[in-house]
Parts: sequence; structure tokens; C-alpha cells
Amino acid sequence: MTTKRLLGVFAVLIVIWLIVPTLVIIPMSFNEAPSFNFPPKGFSTRWYENFFTDPNWLKALGASLQVAVLTMVVATAIGVMAATGLSKVKFRGKGLAEGYFLLPLIVPGIVLAVGLYSLFLRFNLLGTLPGFVLAHTIVAMPLVITNVMASMQGLDPRLEQASASLGAGRLRTFFSITLPLIAPGVTAGALFAFVTSFDEVILSLFIQSPALQTLPVKIFNSVTQTNDPTVAAVAVITMLTSVVVMLIAQFATRKRKRPVA
Amino acid sequence: MMNNIVTEGDQSTQAIALGADAGGVGRRRSLGNWRPLLLLIPAFVIVSLFFLAPLIDVFIRSITDPKPGVQNYVWLFTTEANINVVVRTFVTAIVVTLVCLLLAYPYAYLMTIVSDRTRNLMQLFIMMPLWTSILVRTLAWMVLLQDTGPINGLLMAWFGIGPIPLIRTTFGVALGMSQVLLPFMVLPLYSSMAKIDKRLLPAASNLGANPVTAFFTVYLPLSRPGIFSGGVTVFILGLGFYIIPALLGSSKESMISALIQQQISVFLMWGQGTALGIFLLVCTILILIVVSRFNRGGSLFPGVDR
Repeated sequence: MTTKRLLGVFAVLIVIWLIVPTLVIIPMSFNEAPSFNFPPKGFSTRWYENFFTDPNWLKALGASLQVAVLTMVVATAIGVMAATGLSKVKFRGKGLAEGYFLLPLIVPGIVLAVGLYSLFLRFNLLGTLPGFVLAHTIVAMPLVITNVMASMQGLDPRLEQASASLGAGRLRTFFSITLPLIAPGVTAGALFAFVTSFDEVILSLFIQSPALQTLPVKIFNSVTQTNDPTVAAVAVITMLTSVVVMLIAQFATRKRKRPVA
Repeated sequence: MMNNIVTEGDQSTQAIALGADAGGVGRRRSLGNWRPLLLLIPAFVIVSLFFLAPLIDVFIRSITDPKPGVQNYVWLFTTEANINVVVRTFVTAIVVTLVCLLLAYPYAYLMTIVSDRTRNLMQLFIMMPLWTSILVRTLAWMVLLQDTGPINGLLMAWFGIGPIPLIRTTFGVALGMSQVLLPFMVLPLYSSMAKIDKRLLPAASNLGANPVTAFFTVYLPLSRPGIFSGGVTVFILGLGFYIIPALLGSSKESMISALIQQQISVFLMWGQGTALGIFLLVCTILILIVVSRFNRGGSLFPGVDR
């Protein structure tokens, strides 16, 4: 019992260490003084006003949302197709094919970033919307595939057979039988894809151009090149966005298996 | 929980399924078996074009830029500064892996002995940090670790020492990296510990082993798959980290990823930068292969544990 209590204290400390340091950014964003010194002095919303009146920051926010929504759509569509295909067939290379799609999760981001930079230079895709969406899809799609495949494991194949035997075509069976059953996995995967794109930094740093910069790129540049405290407000806004989306993902999958991320 | 869902499905669809079998669906399925493969094509095309092709491009650049040959690799392995960066990167990744293991092990163990509700809560707390981007979390560490930050402030006020350099040090990098990578250690550890029969430890002590012996001879070896898959995930992710070393580290003590970025974006030395990239990639793949040989049944992909 005492061991358990000790472990409990230890676990609480771990959770504090994981979560509390990040929250320091919230008081910083309401700092009145134009500095990153802690503790912040006074209270003001000037950095938020700055963000919402500066066309450059707003442009980056718009670009980020646009890229994230498009990435979500593309990654989810392609990922659901791939997961469906993988769960339907048994062939020798199945494990290999699955591994191939998930590989972007483990390859060092910087190496892929350099490769995409080189490729996009050749094909004039740097700082373009398609470039961003395709690059982000590579890292977002694996999360869709894993989540959808996890949902499919709990799926009774006879339901689809029954649907087919009652005369439904493959597409009809998919949309009226399979999709509703795997909906929690698809929702979670789609939301993860959105957040992955919205928060992606390394690839974006390499494939950006002044014409198109997402919010994390702007934040990174601002932190490394200037000392503008607006960054704290932007950080809080991006943090809120991803936390809200992830909470929805948790809620969507609550009744089922936990999301895989 | 999954099992419950499956059994429920079995019962409620028994009747329909029987009918379906009678309808000869089995035959039609085996005939159309190759068709679902078509669904893999879009994913295959996009991964090949925007993942495999860029990596091949990196490799080709590393052996052709500025002229064909292996001079970039010779440069990599004969320049002392590079060796220092490589060693520092590996040491940092090893330290981070060990820190994560030491912190995650008790946490994951606690998850196996608490009630379902507490366990779900503990899992949620471990996942929650993943909802915030690495960039924002690193920014917070920058505020905390800076010379005029609260940690140095406290050290100054309470102990009269400092400011101790925390930011722009390898310590700061390791601290930030461990915080970000801890969940990738906890989850595989927990899933491997959850499979261990809880009666084994009392059994060991009934047979005369003291708790320490019982832990090291019975529990630890059984949790090995989790240690390996968590360890390898944290280690290879740690090797490739870029944002945290760039913002919390010192430019004089850079890691491989920063060196790659510098070679390409600053010096426009594509050959040298891409050679470093291929080196990092090969290290990652070799580690994965070696560890998966030792660790059959463990999952190799972060967060993908089935």
C-alpha cells in the first residue's frame, strides 16, 4: 500500500512536469511589458490585439487553417481507402505495404524536409498550397490509417457479407454499413490529421516561401529572429485550437477504443 | 472492451450472417479478392512521390553534389567537428531514452495496479501533452529556462546562486526532449506490463524471493518488449529532433539535424547536408532492424501498438 502511495506521488509529479511548464505561456501572453521576462508585469490584451490587427499574422493563420483543412480532407480520403484495402485482403506483402505507409512516422523529419525542399525546388512547389498539402498529407495520413484500422479490427466481416447478399453494391455497402461502424476511427483520424498539419513545423520551415507561411513557421521565425511578444498570444491561440480539436477527437472515440496517436 | 464489442456483434448478426453464407457470398468474395488492392493505389502513389522520391533525391544529391563520388561521406567521417556533433546527438538521445525509461517505468507500472477509472485518467494525462505542438511547449521552456526566468529567479532568491545557464545548454535540450518523448515510452511499457500475470510476483515471493529479486528476475524480463519498443521509439525520435535543439540548445553544441539545416540553408552545401541526412536515416533504420530482431512481437511504430 505504501509503495502504491509513493508511486502515486511520483505519478502526480510526472503529470505536473508534463503539463504545467507549457501553461506558463498563458500568463506571458497577457503581459503588459514588451518582454518575455517572468513573472509578467500587469495585465493587457495588447498582444492579442496585435495578432488580430496585423495582416501578416492573420495571413499566416488563414494559410494554416486552409492547409490544415485541405490536408485533413486529402489524408482522410486516401487514408480511409488504404485502411479499407489493407483490412480486406490478405496477401504476402500486406505487412510490408502497411509499414510503407507508416514509415513517415519514424523517418527523421529533417531528412524528409530536405528531400521535399530539393524536390519542390525542381518542380516549383515551394511556398504553394498544393506543396504544403501534399507534404503534410505524408505525415498526417499514417495517423488516419492507424486509427481507421484500429476501428476495423472490431468490425464483423459478416455484416458486409450480409449487406452484399441482400443486394447492395460495394460502394453502397461501404457507405451505409462500413463507414457508420468505423466512423469514430475516421473522425479521430481526420482530427489528428488536422492537428498534425496545423502544428507541423519542420517540413513547413523548408517548403515555405514569403508567399506562403503557416503559423508555426511565422512563430519559429519570430522567435529566432525578432523578440516580438505577440508570439506568446499566437502560441496560446494555436494551443487552444489543437486542444479543442483533440478534445473533440477524444469525445468522438470515447465510447469505443481510445484513439491511436 | 474490444472483445465485448466483437462478441456483441457476433450474437446480433449471427442470423443474418448464416443467411449470407447460404447466399454464396463466400464464392463471390474469393473471386473479387484482388479488388480491394485498388484502394491502396492513391496512398501508394502519394507516399512514393512525396516520401520515397524525396529520400532517393537526398541520397542522389549526397553522392553527386558537387561531383559524383563519396567525397561527402569522407568529409562526414573525417571532420572532427562532425564527429563531435554525431557523438553529442547519440549521447543526448541515449540520456533522454534512459531518463524517459526511469520516469515512465513506475508510471506505467502504477497504471497496471489502479482502478479502471484512474488508469483512463492516467492515460489521458499522458496523452494530453501530445495535443499541444512541440513549438509551443518549447517556447514555454524558453521562458522558464532563460537566465532571467523563474527557475533562475528561485535559485537566486532561495539559494543565492545563479544565474545558472539552463537555456542554450545540452541540459536544456535533454529536459525539453524528455518531456516531449515521455508518452512514447509510457504507452508501450504499459501495454506490455498489462499482459504480465499479476500472480507471478506473489508467487515469486512465496518461493522465497525478496521483492527486489522478484522484480529483477521475474517482472523486468517480462516487461522487456515494452522497454525495447518504447526505448527504440524514443531513441530514434530523439536522434532526429530539430525544433528543441534549435531553440533550447546552443549553436556551438548543435545536433545532427541542426548541422544538416545549416549545411543546406546557410552554406548551400547540398552534398554535405544530404550525406548527413542519409547517415541519420541509415542509423535510424539500422537501430530499428537490430532492435526488432531482439524484440519480436513489439511494435515498431510510435503510438501504434496492437
